[in-house]
Amino acid sequence: MTDRTTLLVDPAPTPTTPRRRGGRWFSRDLLGVVPFFLFVAVFLVIPTLVVVIGSFGGTGGGVTLDNLAALGDDYIVDAFLRSIALSAVTAMLGAIFGALLAYAVVTGRPDGVVRRAVTAACGVLAQFGGVTLAFAFIATLGLSGFVTVFLRDQVGIDIYSGGVWLFDLPGLVLVYTYFQIPLMVIVFLPALDGIRPQWREAAESLGGSTWYYWRRVAGPLLAPAFLGATLLLFANAFSAYATAAALVSQGSPIVPLQIRSALTSEVILGRENIGKAMALGMVVVVAVVMWLYAVLQRRTSRWLD
Amino acid sequence: MNSVAVRLEGLSRRFGAVQALDGLDLDLAPGELVALLGPSGCGKTTALRILAGLEDADSGRIMVGGKDVANVPANRRDMGMVFQAYSLFPHLTALENVEFGLRLRRQAAAARRARAHEMLELVGIGAHATRYPQQLSGGQQQRVALARALAIQPQVLLLDEPLSALDAKVRVQLRDEIRRIQLEVGTTTLFVTHDQEEALALADRVGVMRAGRLEQIGPPEDVYRSPATPFVADFVGLSNRLPGRVGDGIVEVLGARLPLVAGTDVPDGPATALVRPESVDVTADPDGAGRVLAASFLGPMARITVALPGDTLVVAQVASARLADLPPETAVRVDLRPVPVVVSGDRSETADPRTHSGAEL
Amino acid sequence: MAGLVRRRVRRQRILRWVVVTVLGVFFLLPLFAMLEFTTRGAGGTLTAETWRTFFDWRQLGETYPVLWAGMKASFGLVILSVLLTLLLLVPTVVWVRLRLPRLRRTVEFICLLPLTIPAIVLVVGLAPVYAWVVYFVGGSSLTLTFAYTILALPFAYRAIDAGLSAIDVRTLTEAARGLGAGWATVMWRVVLPNMRSAVLSAAFITVALVLGEFTIASLLNRQNLQVAIDQLGKSSATMSIAVSLAALVLAFVLLLLLSFAGRGLRRRQREGSAS
Repeated sequence: MTDRTTLLVDPAPTPTTPRRRGGRWFSRDLLGVVPFFLFVAVFLVIPTLVVVIGSFGGTGGGVTLDNLAALGDDYIVDAFLRSIALSAVTAMLGAIFGALLAYAVVTGRPDGVVRRAVTAACGVLAQFGGVTLAFAFIATLGLSGFVTVFLRDQVGIDIYSGGVWLFDLPGLVLVYTYFQIPLMVIVFLPALDGIRPQWREAAESLGGSTWYYWRRVAGPLLAPAFLGATLLLFANAFSAYATAAALVSQGSPIVPLQIRSALTSEVILGRENIGKAMALGMVVVVAVVMWLYAVLQRRTSRWLD
Repeated sequence: MNSVAVRLEGLSRRFGAVQALDGLDLDLAPGELVALLGPSGCGKTTALRILAGLEDADSGRIMVGGKDVANVPANRRDMGMVFQAYSLFPHLTALENVEFGLRLRRQAAAARRARAHEMLELVGIGAHATRYPQQLSGGQQQRVALARALAIQPQVLLLDEPLSALDAKVRVQLRDEIRRIQLEVGTTTLFVTHDQEEALALADRVGVMRAGRLEQIGPPEDVYRSPATPFVADFVGLSNRLPGRVGDGIVEVLGARLPLVAGTDVPDGPATALVRPESVDVTADPDGAGRVLAASFLGPMARITVALPGDTLVVAQVASARLADLPPETAVRVDLRPVPVVVSGDRSETADPRTHSGAEL
Repeated sequence: MAGLVRRRVRRQRILRWVVVTVLGVFFLLPLFAMLEFTTRGAGGTLTAETWRTFFDWRQLGETYPVLWAGMKASFGLVILSVLLTLLLLVPTVVWVRLRLPRLRRTVEFICLLPLTIPAIVLVVGLAPVYAWVVYFVGGSSLTLTFAYTILALPFAYRAIDAGLSAIDVRTLTEAARGLGAGWATVMWRVVLPNMRSAVLSAAFITVALVLGEFTIASLLNRQNLQVAIDQLGKSSATMSIAVSLAALVLAFVLLLLLSFAGRGLRRRQREGSAS
C-alpha cells in the first residue's frame, strides 16, 4: 500500500480555472451521471411504469379499474392473506431466534472465530438462492430425505402421516425461517454493537439489576432496531419467490406464485393484466413496510451510532 | 452527609500476562478527595473498577465504611460513578437520566423530580433538564453524569478520567466545578486521571501509581516539592536532569551545593539531580558560561532553554516580561536556588529536558 | 475471592456456546442431509459416484448438458454483472459526492428502490423491455446482466457509500486538485486505491446475488445456474442436490476468505496511514 502523498505525482501545476459556483441546473457536471440515470430509467423506471400503468390497462387498451377490482376475487385475497401470514410468522420466528443468535455472538470477542464464522454463514444463507435451499430441505425432510427416513426407520414416526406438508404452506414456513434467521443476525448485529458497555456499568453502579437494565435501558434502546429488523424480514419473506417456486409445483398458495401462473399459464381473456395488478398490490404492501422500517432506522441511528 | 472511609488492602489483579495491580494499599478518609495519577496501564482505572464492583480482584480486601464489600455485587455497593464518556442513556432526557437511580429506589415521582432538578442546578445545568444527551456538549454531558451519580447520595463517588475527553478550556472550568461540588456535598471521592495538573489542582491527596503500585501518596505540595522517586519527580511537573556529585549530605550541581530531599538513599559519587525549571535562575551575563538556545512564551511565564558547556541543556522558568532581555544567543549565568532536589543514582537517565513527559503548562 | 463478575462472564460464555451449538445443528442439518443424500449407494452403502461425476468436468458436461450450460451462463453473468455494476456505480457515486451533492438523496433513493420492488414484480415489467433488448443485442442469457445490475444496486451502493464516507473523499480530492492533479488522476490514483475494500465488498455482494438469482432468469426463460439446478431436480435429484451443496459451500468459503482479506486490507491501510 503506497503512502498517500506519493500518489499525488503531477509535478507541473495546472492553472486553476475559476469554477462556476453554485448549483446551476444545467452545469456540465450533470453529464457525469447521465449513463447511470439512463440505465436506471430503462431497466428500473420503465418496468415499474409498465406494472403501474398495466394494472389500469384493459384488454382493448383503455383505462380500467377491472384489474384492481379483480384483486378482490376470493382466490387472490386468499393468496394475499396467506402471503401476509407466512411473512408475519417467519418474520417473528426469524426475529426471535436471530436476535438470540446475534446476542450470543456479540457477547464474544469481536475478532473471534465464532463471530466471524457465524457472520460469514449468515451472509451466505441470507443472500443465497431459494432453489438451493429448497433442495437442501428436500434432501432433509423430503419423502426420502435424511430426517424423514431416520424418524421412520429408527424412531417409528412418519412425519407425513397427515399429508405431505413440505410442499405446502407449513413447509414454506420452515424453509423461510432458514434464511430469515441469518438475515436477522446481519441486520440486528450492528444495533447490538451500538450498545455501549458504559450503559450497563452505569445502570449497575446506580443500583440496577441485570433485569432492570434490560427493561429500562437496553430494551427501549433496541426496540426500534428490533421492530425495524422484523419489518425487513417481513418484506423479505413477502417478496420471496425462488424458494416457493422450487418447492411448490402444484397450486399457487401465495401471491408470487399467483403471479407466476398469471405470466406462464394461458391468459384468461380480459384478464391479461391481472398479473400486473397483483404485482402492484405487492409493491404497495412492501413499500408501506419499508417506509415504516426507514422511520424506525432513523430512531435507531440517533441512539446507537 | 453519609461519607465513609474506604480502605483497599493488598489489591492484586492480573490480566493474562500483565500484572495490572500489584498489592495496592490505599486509604480514603471520609469526605476526602484522593486522586490516583499515573500513565496509562499503571492500574489506576483497574483499582477504581474493582472498588466499584465492575471487576474482580485476584486477592486483597475492599472495605467501605468498615465492611468488607468483596461479596457485594456492583449494584448494591451504593457508589456513584462518572465515566470518561458515553455513559448517559441516550433515550432519556437529562432529567430522566438523573432520576434513573431514584426511580430504581422507588422514590415517589414528585420527590424524584424535585431532587433531580436540585442536582441539575447544583452542577449548573438546570436550564437544560429536558434536553437529550445528543443535544448537549461534552462538558454538559459530564455535568449531567455527575448529577446522576450524586442524586442517589452515594457513600463513595468514583470518577474515571471524567475530563479526559473534553476540550482544554472546558476541562479546566469543569475541574474547579467538580471540586466545589465535592466539597459542598462532602462525599468520599476517588478521582482517576493521567493529567498531573488536574490531580494537583483537585485533590486533598495525590497518589502516583506505576506498574500496579503506589509510588507515593500525599498532599499535592508534598508530591510536587518532595517527590519520593525519580519517576514521581518526572511524572509530576517538569524536571531538568543534571549531572552532579553526591557527598556530605548534599549534591553538587552546576557549581551550586543543593540540599537533598529527606529520605534520599543514594551513595556518594556521581548522580543525576532532578531540578525543577522554577528553581533555575537565568541572568544575562557577558561572562556567563551558558548561552540561550530557545525561548517559549507561555502567557504569564516563559521557558528558556540554555546550553551549558559539556552538552548540558537546562530549562528555566522566568516571568515572561524578562524575555526581552534574553534573546537567543545571549550569554547568561545559570543559578540554582537552594531547594532540596531528588537525586537518582542512575547516570544513564540524563536526557534532553525538553522532551520529558509530565506537565503541559 | 468473590468473583462475581467472572461468574457472569462465564455464564455468558455458556449461553453463547449453547445458542450457537443448537442453532448450528439446525443450520448444518440440511447440509449434512444433502451430503448424505448424494452419497447413498445401493442397499445402504456409501458411494462417491455422484461426486466423482461432479468433479469430472468433461463428463459432467456430457451427462448434464443443461447444468453445464447453466454454469457457463452464470459464470459469464457474474463477471459481466460485477463489471457493469462497478463501472456504473463507482464513478457515479464518487462524482455525485464531489460535484453534485444535491443529487445525493436522489441517487440514494433510486439505488434503494429495488429493495421495495421485489424481483417477481420487476420481472413482470421487464418482459416488454427485454423484447427490445433481444431486438438490439440478441436473446442470450448474458443479457440478464442488465437486470442483475439493477438488483445489485442497493447492496453495492451501500457498500460504496460507506467506503466513501470512511475515507473523507472530499478532503482527499481537494488536496489532490490543489497539487495539480486532473480528474482522471484523482479518480484513478487517489480515490479508487483507498476504496479497495468497499469495492471488493460491493463486488462480492453482486457475485452472491448473481449466483443465487432464480426469479428473473426463470420467468424470462433464460438459462443460469439456479434455473439449471431447478430443471435438473426434475430429472436427477441426486446431482441437483450435489450441485446445490457445492454452490453453498463455495459461497461460504469465498465469504470467509473475503472477511480475512478485508481485515488484512484494513490493517495494512491503518499501518500505512500511521507511518
